[in-house]
Parts: sequence; C-alpha cells; structure tokens
Amino acid sequence: MEISTRKIDKTVIVDLSGDIDLGNTPAARKAFLREVKENRVPRVVINLSKVRYIDSSGVASLVEALKASRDVGSRLILIGLSTSVREVLQLSRLLKIFEIYDKEEEALAV
Amino acid sequence: MKITHLERRNGGKQRNSRSKGGLLLRLELPSKSGLLCAVRGAIERLTESFGFSPEDCRAVTRAVDEALTNIIRHAYCGRADRPIELIINSIHRHPNPKRVIPKRPVQRDGSNTAEGLEILICDRGPAIKPEQMCMRALEEVKAGGLGLHFIQQGMDIVEYTRAKESNRLRLVKYIHAPKQDVTS
Repeated sequence: MEISTRKIDKTVIVDLSGDIDLGNTPAARKAFLREVKENRVPRVVINLSKVRYIDSSGVASLVEALKASRDVGSRLILIGLSTSVREVLQLSRLLKIFEIYDKEEEALAV
Repeated sequence: MKITHLERRNGGKQRNSRSKGGLLLRLELPSKSGLLCAVRGAIERLTESFGFSPEDCRAVTRAVDEALTNIIRHAYCGRADRPIELIINSIHRHPNPKRVIPKRPVQRDGSNTAEGLEILICDRGPAIKPEQMCMRALEEVKAGGLGLHFIQQGMDIVEYTRAKESNRLRLVKYIHAPKQDVTS
C-alpha cells in the first residue's frame, strides 16, 4: 500500500493506494493520527479512491481517526469509496457516522 | 505458500452438470500478514469461477481474510512462522438442510440441492476460549471487534472446533438463487 499526503490551504488530503489489511493498517493509522492529533489539521480528507479492499483493522483505524478528530474539533472526511469499501462500512453500520463524498472537489467545497 | 491442488471450473460461464465435487484448493502457508493479499486473490478467482455473485465473492473473500487475520493476531500473536492450512471443497446441500454431502456430482436437474463451498482453516495455536469470540455491538462506534461480524455476515455456516491440538474453522457458503422480482 502507498500513502502520501497533500496540503491544500487548511486541508490535508491523505491519498491511499492498494489494500488496507493487517499488514499495512499500522502505517495507515499512523498517517491518519499524525495529521489529526499531531499536526492538528482542521480538515483531513482520506482519499480511498484507489483502495480496493479494507479489512476490519483498517475500519478500526478510520474509527480511531474519526474519534481523534472529534476530540480535537477537526473534521475527518472520506472520499472515493469503492463498492467494496462502501460495503464494509455499511456492514459495520458506519456509513452514516462518517462524512463521505464521492469527489475531492465536493469535500473541499464544504 | 504451497498450493497442492487447484481445480478451475469452466471459467464461471457454465457449470458442467457432470463435474465432480470435492477438493478445489489446498494451501499451506506461514502466518505472514504479507501473504493475505495473495490468499484474497486466490479466493476471489475461485469464487468467481465457481459462479458466486460479485457480492458473495467479496463476502467469502472478506470472511477468509478476517479468519486468517484473527489467526495471525490472536492464535499466533503476530508470529510470522507458524503454520496455517486452508482447504476448499465443493459441497452440496441436501434438501434436508442438516445433511451436507461432500464429493458428489453436481445436481442441475431441478432438485432442491444447493451447491456451495466449504472452507476449512486450521491453525496450531492455543484453544480459543468462548469469551474470546465475542462480537461487539454494531451500535457502538468504536475501533475493533468487527472481524467476526464480517465472517458471520458473509457465510451461511460458521463452525469452530478444537481437535488434535489444532483449531479448525469451518465456513460454508452456498450459491443462492438470484432473487426474483414479484411484479404482478
């Protein structure tokens, strides 16, 4: 899995590519929490458009990042959910918990 | 990772009514998280070629991945050199739902038998205590505890047994007939 970050004004976009599973969830979790807790970025957008698969540990890392963002008063937004990723969040009953948009422009506009 | 047997079934286009059931795939692999991707790929291809819907292919793949993840994390505490065995058989469900018949020719003659996959996942970790297999309530928004949900939601049968110092998880998924629209 590849992880990179981009900064646009007061927003940081975390671009993920590949599968998020047991082997690489720690790296993803670290990237999310660094932006939310350490860098205190007001708006963190997690771009999942190139993520084909996410397991329960990956979902857990998203939930942890969401909770951390609520604790520090920032926003955590998910964009570009594939069918597979959307299905997993639906099975976890988390679709309505996250702020989700299809495209990056939509996330930056709100 | 060792693959000892693999049977492909007509590219998933047409299922041969005379094809035999039984062993489809047997894998022996070490408990390395880096191999999960390869196993998912194999399960995806196998379920596709077996004729499952895309949704059910994803469900079976997810269930197997979560089961292997649990073994690596909990049974082997993250050790990468412990053995895992994964066996996939084709099976039939007899009209009596309690009777599952392996290794029988596929019945496509309109009888009520259902074709499916039986997946056996074995590890040599310590016995799992029942309290370790608890699922969290989905209403709770918290990290963790989702893996067993994904396994239960994705499969028709989930059974755990302990025998000869091994844990054995048996997962079964049947090919479900597409839902018919009732328009009249």
